[in-house]
Amino acid sequence: MMKKINLAIALGATCAGCDVAILDLNEKILEVFDLVEFKFWPTAMDFKLDDLKKLKDKEVDVGIYHGAIRTTEDAKIAKILRQKSKVVVAFGACANFGGIPSLANMPFEQDMFDLVYKDVPSMDNPENTVPLTSVKINDVELTLPGILENADALEEVIDVDYFVPGCPPMVPLIEQVVEVLKLYANTGKLPPKGSVIAGTKTLCEECGRTKPEKISFKEFISPQEVDEMDPDLCLLPQGILCLGPATRAGCDGLCTKMNVGCRGCLGPTDKVKDHGLKMISALTSLLEVEIEEEMTEEELDKIVDKIPDPLGTFYRFTYGKSLIYKLHSEEELI
Amino acid sequence: MSKTTQITELNSNPNVVLFLCRWCSGKGADLAGTSRLHYPTNVLPIMVNCSSRIDPQHVVEAFLEGADGVLITGCHFGDCHYKTGNYKTFRRMALLSRLLKQVGVNPKRFRITWISATEGAKFAKITTEMVEDLKKLPPYGKNGKGGDS
Amino acid sequence: MSKVGVFVCHCGRNIAHTVDIKKVLESIKDYEDVVHVEDSMYMCSEPGQTIIKEAIKKHDLDRVVVAACSKDMHEDTFRIVTKEAGLNQYLTEMANIREQCSWVHENKEKATEKTIKIIESTIEKVKRNQALEPYNVPVTRKALVIGGGIAGIQAALDIADAGYQVTLVEKDSTIGGKMAQLAETFPTLDCSQCILTPKMVAVGRHPNIQLLTNSEVENVDGYVGSFKVKIKKKPRYVIEEKCTICDDCVHVCPVIVHDEYNAGLSPRKAIYIAFPQAVPASYIIDPSTCLGIDPLICAKCKEVCDPKAIDFDMKAEFIEEEFGAIVVATGYSVYPYERIGEYGYGNIHNVVSGLEFERLLSANGPTQGVIRRPSDGNIPKIVVFIHCAGSRDPAKHLPYCSKICCMYATKHAMQYKHLVHDGVAINFYIDVRTAGKDYEEFYKRAAEEENVIYIRGKVSELLQDGEKVLIRGVNTLTSESIELHADMVVLATGLLPSEGTQEISNILKLSCDSKGFVKEAHPKLKPVETVISGVFVAGTASGPKDIPEAVAQASGAAAKAETILSSDFLERDPVIAEIDDLTCGICHTCIHVCPYGAIYYDENQNKVLVNEALCEGCGSCAAACPSGSIELRNSTYESISASIKALLRV
Repeated sequence: MMKKINLAIALGATCAGCDVAILDLNEKILEVFDLVEFKFWPTAMDFKLDDLKKLKDKEVDVGIYHGAIRTTEDAKIAKILRQKSKVVVAFGACANFGGIPSLANMPFEQDMFDLVYKDVPSMDNPENTVPLTSVKINDVELTLPGILENADALEEVIDVDYFVPGCPPMVPLIEQVVEVLKLYANTGKLPPKGSVIAGTKTLCEECGRTKPEKISFKEFISPQEVDEMDPDLCLLPQGILCLGPATRAGCDGLCTKMNVGCRGCLGPTDKVKDHGLKMISALTSLLEVEIEEEMTEEELDKIVDKIPDPLGTFYRFTYGKSLIYKLHSEEELI
Repeated sequence: MSKTTQITELNSNPNVVLFLCRWCSGKGADLAGTSRLHYPTNVLPIMVNCSSRIDPQHVVEAFLEGADGVLITGCHFGDCHYKTGNYKTFRRMALLSRLLKQVGVNPKRFRITWISATEGAKFAKITTEMVEDLKKLPPYGKNGKGGDS
Repeated sequence: MSKVGVFVCHCGRNIAHTVDIKKVLESIKDYEDVVHVEDSMYMCSEPGQTIIKEAIKKHDLDRVVVAACSKDMHEDTFRIVTKEAGLNQYLTEMANIREQCSWVHENKEKATEKTIKIIESTIEKVKRNQALEPYNVPVTRKALVIGGGIAGIQAALDIADAGYQVTLVEKDSTIGGKMAQLAETFPTLDCSQCILTPKMVAVGRHPNIQLLTNSEVENVDGYVGSFKVKIKKKPRYVIEEKCTICDDCVHVCPVIVHDEYNAGLSPRKAIYIAFPQAVPASYIIDPSTCLGIDPLICAKCKEVCDPKAIDFDMKAEFIEEEFGAIVVATGYSVYPYERIGEYGYGNIHNVVSGLEFERLLSANGPTQGVIRRPSDGNIPKIVVFIHCAGSRDPAKHLPYCSKICCMYATKHAMQYKHLVHDGVAINFYIDVRTAGKDYEEFYKRAAEEENVIYIRGKVSELLQDGEKVLIRGVNTLTSESIELHADMVVLATGLLPSEGTQEISNILKLSCDSKGFVKEAHPKLKPVETVISGVFVAGTASGPKDIPEAVAQASGAAAKAETILSSDFLERDPVIAEIDDLTCGICHTCIHVCPYGAIYYDENQNKVLVNEALCEGCGSCAAACPSGSIELRNSTYESISASIKALLRV
């Protein structure tokens, strides 16, 4: 009889889709229950943070964290998890790269609070009420965690041992995590620190669509703009923006199989520092290659301008961990 | 997260990372030398075979390492030693410059220009111009107050 | 851990004047991995080179930085020095502190600082360099010449005379090309056939030349040194070796069609020989009109053929061979006057093209050299020659100058005058362009001695007016409008890239200019090289040319091809791209990014591979590779990053 693994699943700025993804294991979840002893999983069971705090240091064998570090509370939980866990796994795009929450890190021309609580068209807030970290009502002080200046990946706050990317991580990847847990329970062995539990190549390897020898496309269009989609042909020559060439394999082409371009939730491969920049370099290189010498700057501009929000397009999930994010300077708004 | 635009001190000594290609702009830079055309020492050259070797990540890394400006140079269209390398460079950098703009990098900090082997004078002029432009901006990156790194 | 030696050159006072060399040495000697620094008044001199060689040995250096002038000046010098000292030559890098530092700055302190940064950045690069050896690519010592016009003939003869095997492929039934259709050539008025046919015969007889007429290049793979070429030899239906050109078959053949050789001005049979001097000297059956080939309706020729040379069952043959070098000499075609609406779309009977007029002038032409107009066979008394017909007209026709038309229209007018002494020859021109040896004199002779009339002006319209052609135009010197009637009009039509040129450009992946002519590797300095290494261009395939120019270019292309064929191996620079299969997702991005077609997908191995012989080392694929799996040797991502970092070190 093997020893059960103590598992804790903590969360930060997350939609909890990662929790749902774990449940997507279906009957395999039963194996998980045989394998682990849950020490903390507030989304699924009745746990409070105190339950985690009460544990001895390193009492948790594997601590899984999903979500970005958006608030002071997120950072606090992450640090506690680190303290209580032998190994920590960053789970999901947000914990890995900052994910969608990190897109708020981009420089806006106004205060983020104003934007969210005042100026969005759907907001009716004449008194300009914004969340405060503390407020006194009838002499009772109520507090809320503070919003950090930026939403970051887990690694920015604590040391992370393993990475499971994806938004959310796909079932096959979670199954791999379960296999890792099994191995750990049986032999005490773990993969090398820093391992990414996903493919080593890019999505193209497993997407299954046929690629012409030479890829070229005229413009970027949305899937709904395609007159007649070829269900077997690579999406790029059909003009559909697909981040697959730059994105780590592991999802088995979940989106591309449904005629939807990859949006990059598994992030870049090990060799790439900035997912978006690499994709930009690749994509622009393939724009109407045959007539690139005749194309005027205006024509090129027209095509490139069809991407209304390059940052949102190429960094949907990875902005928080990109080089370009490190670059942005508040003093330098144009 | 206050987003006010404030010009702090100006930069008297900006760094410009200059990418040269081996065939046209590199020879143009050499010609500026043999013609003894002066330009500021702030321009720090790095030579690659073709401007198309430059990865957009290199440009961003240069800023992160403390460059106040990045200048990419290559052959004129139609003259590329590698047929179409400069077209590729131009396209990549066109989208990169939009991205840089989105994250708040002043467009004056990032330029791309074509310099032939005979354009020593143009080379000296462009590099001087770029340095002068950057002197009117605050320092960037780790040497200054802007930037996160 | 590397052991880097840094050698700083004073270049007399060129560097030392603005750079404090002592300070540079002081600073660099403490840089990470630097084990030796030394300076010299002239590093490139014999004593300077000795310093480097001895230091490599003494300090067991494994990397060398020479801080001196531009790579263009002395990279080779210092690579050889390194090699001689027993170190791989790719482990040496030059830091340019002269052209890009000392010569362009005045402030000694700042220039010294910059020098240090440049050297440090170069140290970071060289530390990441790998030892490389140049590739040896084997050479198949055989050349392929595509196109059997005068340029192709000359190139084939030159290469064959130099002792190499040549295969000459010609689409038509005979070699000779356009030149074989000309009557006489400017400015000497030599008979075209008389100077061309000996060369044609020489091709046919040359032991080193394999002549494949009626053949086309179907496919080309491979690269310089070993192009794998597939040639389709279309069936001739006449066995060349057996045909005695007795012409018995022609008399019985019932099919009459236009004769292309005579620009359609005379008939020929379905079995024919292009012209009597054709090489190979053999009849051919035109399968599109012959009634004997599938279904067999008529076999009259076969019946009368004594030597039994006719074989209706002949099939296309495919020849696959390897060649070390290729010369493209696929020529031009004439701008079709059917496209010129203002000159009647070719519907005015007595308006002919320059090439048609050549045939009328030719002694072996449809009229045996008597000028007869097509409508009634009468000898025209007034002939108008229109220059720039379809040329220099960016709005409607060709934007460029076709170079030879002024001269051939002048020649036509002069030859017409020679044949019809009382005739009137009028040339309408925009400018008369006579840039060639003895060309201006030829034009002067026509205008001043032979009474050819030149009117500066453009003909705006040609109309049929009874028996005559009505010419409307303007004299741009006097600003008078002109209306005159002529018996015949000859259009000096411009030159287009031939269909063959377009086809072969696609097959060989050659770059073409906006007009469709093959682009030279460099318009000034590499006029016979194309962008594909080992493929050369001769004659009008790369743009309009006259005969002497085409011949000169052909000899040039031949000489270039011979350079390749002269050795068993070609040395190739090993600075090329490498793909890491472990991370490559086979997205195909690089395949189309590569300007040389050097990257390809190998289905058997399920891998994307770099063809070492084709890669030129630009690194565009490395920048494009979305998974970061491609690196350019000795210019890796990491190496450039490290250099940038060193430049910006505070």
